Amino acid sequence: MIEVRELTKSYGTTIAVDQVSFDAHAGEVLGFLGPNGAGKTTTMRILTCYLSADAGSATVAGYDVFEESVEVRKQIGYLPESAPLYTDMGVIEYLNFMTQVRSLPKSERKERIRAVIDICGLEDVIQKDIGELSKGYRQRVGLAQSLIHDPPILILDEPTSGLDPSQIIEIRNLIKNIGQEKLVLFSTHILPEVSATCSRILIINNGKIVANGTPEELASQAKGEEIVHVTIRGSQEAIEAQFNELDFVSQWNRVDTNNGMVGYQIHASQESGAAEALFHVVVKNGWSLTELRQESVDLEDVFLNLTDREQV
Amino acid sequence: MTNITAILKKEFRSYFNSPIAYIFITFFLGISAWLFFRGFFLVNQAEMRGFFGLMPWIFLFFIPAVTMKLWAEEKKLGTVEILMTLPIRDYEVVIGKYLASFALLAVTVLLSLILPLSVMYLGNPDGGTLIGGYIGLLLMGGAYIAIGLFASTLTENQIVAFIFGITACFVLLIIGEDIVLFNAPNWLFPIFSYLGLGAHYSSILRGVLDSRDIIYYLSLIGFFLYLSTLSVESRKWR
Repeated sequence: MIEVRELTKSYGTTIAVDQVSFDAHAGEVLGFLGPNGAGKTTTMRILTCYLSADAGSATVAGYDVFEESVEVRKQIGYLPESAPLYTDMGVIEYLNFMTQVRSLPKSERKERIRAVIDICGLEDVIQKDIGELSKGYRQRVGLAQSLIHDPPILILDEPTSGLDPSQIIEIRNLIKNIGQEKLVLFSTHILPEVSATCSRILIINNGKIVANGTPEELASQAKGEEIVHVTIRGSQEAIEAQFNELDFVSQWNRVDTNNGMVGYQIHASQESGAAEALFHVVVKNGWSLTELRQESVDLEDVFLNLTDREQV
Repeated sequence: MTNITAILKKEFRSYFNSPIAYIFITFFLGISAWLFFRGFFLVNQAEMRGFFGLMPWIFLFFIPAVTMKLWAEEKKLGTVEILMTLPIRDYEVVIGKYLASFALLAVTVLLSLILPLSVMYLGNPDGGTLIGGYIGLLLMGGAYIAIGLFASTLTENQIVAFIFGITACFVLLIIGEDIVLFNAPNWLFPIFSYLGLGAHYSSILRGVLDSRDIIYYLSLIGFFLYLSTLSVESRKWR
């Protein structure tokens, strides 16, 4: 439903989006993951026809975002970052305004407003002005606004930022439910969020897409390297000399030194068994082991790996 | 058209949701009445010339105050991002917002009819001048609104929009004044005297409704609405 080809956009000399290409289909929840300022918002603004790109093309539901922008906008429900709303309007008044500018038929307006109030749990605040609402409720009104015309594509920019943990879970569940039939594209810089909600992840850094796949695929990509934490009581020089001789140790860092005990983080190149092998090395040298712990490789490492490498 | 109406209704209502409309109407009527009756009792004549004569200067401060929020506030709040990603064309939003301010002006001007009606009760003013004066008031106010709307598209700061608006209206107003005209170089004289907002207004005030004056105001409004649309679209220029 969304096809993006070599999209590029720069602000002055900074390149915000650099030759980004990806596809997205109905029934997918696509997570846009990246550090702040990576180009997530800019990409979303281009897709929603708020900004235009310098080069490249993008089509949404078959319509070109530059040439047929009004058609594109009909297909999309958009919630910008931090849910900007008219604070002087009432909740119902605002949703009603949205049904008008979305040109919903008069007969359906009430029904749609009712529906989004139910979906987003706004029942308790329908009498209030938007200006009186808490951050969480504003976010929900913003979401309600983006769903009012029952769009096939939903674009949400950091929908959970500034919410408390239980609200975050609610919004995530909502996104999951919606994503069963529609295409949901949402951005975040919070890692657990994507593994909890997304069927596919795009990691974007410095305007470039650095990874694209399901959460499982990305996690397995990072495997092949094992990270082991070890704390040893023994002579520092001897230990380090020994590490340099070991084949399976691709990289080691001294993390702390404490009362004759030295802690290391060791990157092992072999598939498995690095912890065991280290244990034998320690025993053979007559040192004593106070800690041995294997770090699990997960999305976080993929993310840090990919985003760090780009910055260097 | 339905889009324009939706924007118009929303903006017009938002004037009355906030204190802006009430402050505008009260101050406008209060100041007008004071200026009007002061002249009225001093000269002791039942006529409106003093009132209409002052209007270009009163509008100069009031109208940019009404238009300053139209775009600046949207930009500041970020709501412009939702607004401009709705399936509405940019010019529809511009026209809707323009008409909302114009409607507020029309309501206020209609309320100020109390003044001439009271004069009619006391004396017998010239009906032609009265009708001409009110048409002139709406045309001139309409031009001010278009300029103020354009000023508001340029910034996200309402105070800056207000000052831009006043400055632009002020310049357009004074270039038609005699003191500027006689000091301007000869070749600028016809341009200035045509572009000046005030000269066309005073000719309407005389009770002569010339199509040239009406065309002048309508094209000025059209020109600034066009500029506003360009300015709103400029985010998408590449």
